[in-house]
Amino acid sequence: MMDTVFFYIFALMTLGGAILCITRRNAIHSAIFLIMSLMGVAGLFLLQHAEFLFAVQIVLYIGGIMVLFLFVIMLVNLDEEARHRQFNRQWLLGVASVAVAGGSFTLFLRHQTAWTALPVAGRSAPAGNTELLADVLFRNYLVPFEVASVLLLVAVVGSVIMAKKRI
Amino acid sequence: MTSPYPILAILGILVVVMTLAAGLIWLERRLLALWQDRYGPNRVGPFGLLQVLADMIKIFFKEDWIPPFADKVVFVIAPAIIVGTVLMSFAVLPIAPGIIVSDLNIGLLFILGMSSIGVYSVVLAGWASDNKYSLLGGLRAAAQMLSYEVFMGLALMGVVLLAGSFQLSEIVSAQRRVWFVVPQFAGFILFLIAGVAETRRLPFDLPEAESELIAGFHSEYSGMKFGLFFVGEYLGVILISSLITILFFGGWMGPVLPPIIWFVLKMMFFICFFILLRAALPRPRFDQLMSWGWKVMLPLALANLLITGAVALAWG
Repeated sequence: MMDTVFFYIFALMTLGGAILCITRRNAIHSAIFLIMSLMGVAGLFLLQHAEFLFAVQIVLYIGGIMVLFLFVIMLVNLDEEARHRQFNRQWLLGVASVAVAGGSFTLFLRHQTAWTALPVAGRSAPAGNTELLADVLFRNYLVPFEVASVLLLVAVVGSVIMAKKRI
Repeated sequence: MTSPYPILAILGILVVVMTLAAGLIWLERRLLALWQDRYGPNRVGPFGLLQVLADMIKIFFKEDWIPPFADKVVFVIAPAIIVGTVLMSFAVLPIAPGIIVSDLNIGLLFILGMSSIGVYSVVLAGWASDNKYSLLGGLRAAAQMLSYEVFMGLALMGVVLLAGSFQLSEIVSAQRRVWFVVPQFAGFILFLIAGVAETRRLPFDLPEAESELIAGFHSEYSGMKFGLFFVGEYLGVILISSLITILFFGGWMGPVLPPIIWFVLKMMFFICFFILLRAALPRPRFDQLMSWGWKVMLPLALANLLITGAVALAWG
């Protein structure tokens, strides 16, 4: 019962925050609502007993990436931009793609055949899913994990090269 | 391990921590005066102890002014964020056996998360004030707290490795034989420096540097909204001191005296150390602060983690 109530609260935070994020005129307000949306996602992780993901969502997305977003928005003078007309002519395309995505999700969830059936969620471990996650990441999927880290490193080096005129 | 009477623990910790934060204002002014050969507040009540009460009455009755050019909603929310997040962090601190609100299995990560949300308080306050000095303060706070949080997290991972858990009560009981300050001395020093930067205390108080930014992010704040920033800063000092005690100095453990007394004694020692830092050190330039962080703190933290990991692996 409580779980259901909390689920709807977090779902409302996620969706409401996302909608307000794209409709606000002020860039800082958009960022604040995006933070609210990410917090809702963190709450949903917590409801699934994924405590580690909850903490990482807060530390990395809310505490790291969004602070950088705010940092950049504050550095750039957006007063001029806020006065411009913000909806461009792509809204028809946007509505069409949302409808297609929504339709295919509904179809996928309603008519489950053998090959689209979602795996049944396993019973969550009593405590410390950090260790389970580490086991999976560093034993079963070590190579993809390392490749992903190298990819991030490439992005870091690339942005440094683009930002610096003279290395 | 969770307290049998959660409501009592919540109320008790809330009241004690808030009182302590108010008392720290007096303690800091008296200690600074002592070290700088002055008197400090000594008129109101015995040893000037009632000075805090007088200040509280004054701050509550001040006009609660919001600048007409400010972004009102954000301006009002910002000071509440810092107090809220720091108080939330106290919920997972094991003060003594049985005195803890909620013994989360990700306690340490929870505190890191809360402190990273706390950054918004300063950043948004600086932006919402719509004042160039405040904006600069907010920008500085964003860069400084974001960077030092990275080193803070990395410095703590050594302790997590040794204890094998993010749960704070387990970290305390893992120190039964030897305090983690001995095997993790580098981690302790790094955490201490990052902690000072995280609470924006001198020598790392660049977001509010009076001599260059007037008061930085809280220039436009008055009355109890300013009071919340003020209390939030002292709450942060108490939190970091408690964390140092729990993570590196055995928490409540000690001979003869009851556990809670040991905890308070160790915590007070580090609070006084924070005040001593303010009395003794000058403020660096902002670029010095950042290059110190990324060029000294980060490599040291990574090396510490690598060596700790290697030793832990070798000894099994």
